[in-house]
Amino acid sequence: MELVVFICASAMVLGGAVGVIVRNHPVHAALSLVLTLFGVAVLFVAQEAHFLAAVQVIVYAGAIVVLFLFVIMLLGVDRVENIDIEPIKVQRPLAIIVGVGLLSVLVTAVVQARSAIASSSGSGIDDATVTGDPDSNVRQIARNLFGDYVFAFELVSVLLVVAVVATVLLSRRPDKSGGPK
Amino acid sequence: MTAALVAVQPTTTWYLVLAAMLFTIGAVGVLVRRNPLVMFMCIELMLNAVNLSFVALAKNLGDISGQTTVFFVMVVAAAEVVVGLGIVVAILRRRPGTTADDLAELKG
Repeated sequence: MELVVFICASAMVLGGAVGVIVRNHPVHAALSLVLTLFGVAVLFVAQEAHFLAAVQVIVYAGAIVVLFLFVIMLLGVDRVENIDIEPIKVQRPLAIIVGVGLLSVLVTAVVQARSAIASSSGSGIDDATVTGDPDSNVRQIARNLFGDYVFAFELVSVLLVVAVVATVLLSRRPDKSGGPK
Repeated sequence: MTAALVAVQPTTTWYLVLAAMLFTIGAVGVLVRRNPLVMFMCIELMLNAVNLSFVALAKNLGDISGQTTVFFVMVVAAAEVVVGLGIVVAILRRRPGTTADDLAELKG
């Protein structure tokens, strides 16, 4: 059963990812990205990261892709672009070579290291089916987040405020009266 | 046949290999595409590949910190997309239909 889920979700992830880079319409690329993100969410559930799966769907598929589509529509770039034109002739073959090389390095590293990750060293992840508590995953993440990583959490909130202010400043139209742009 | 299929369980290595493939597709996408919006989407693909390997290793090593890190990665990715799209909007509003090649020089 787990194998079937894995195969279906992998097909979603890889099919969507290939769709992002081969579709020549930006809206189609964004919709392929949604497929990939949902596949990753399914894999998160399969790995007992239920909270992250929900966040994945809400933040990525719900907010980020909508932001992409919003920008595509706002700028009016929702037309087919010709991706056959390549200004730098050698770049595509080089990119393929780099891709194959990167993939082989990563896969070799993963396969070589599979004995190292075989041992469980942490205190374990609470499984809702074992503990009987449906909120066990959220509870465990919350304890970790607001315990060990509370300083990083506060810094991230500062980062979000800075990002919001920066975006408002960036998207303001230049001031005609000679004020700061 | 069915029993043999049920017996096979996807291990952490499978997830890591899948994440490696997703990361490679994203990296190749950044290299071959010229539309700044699609390049951003490819960066999202790479971030998701890393998130996937974090979650797989968190399960494997029994350490919830991996999932907490993914939470932070998602927040930073959201901030990155917001600022990045703000820059793209500012550029494309001034020069419609521009690609990454036209932006090779920082001079406006």
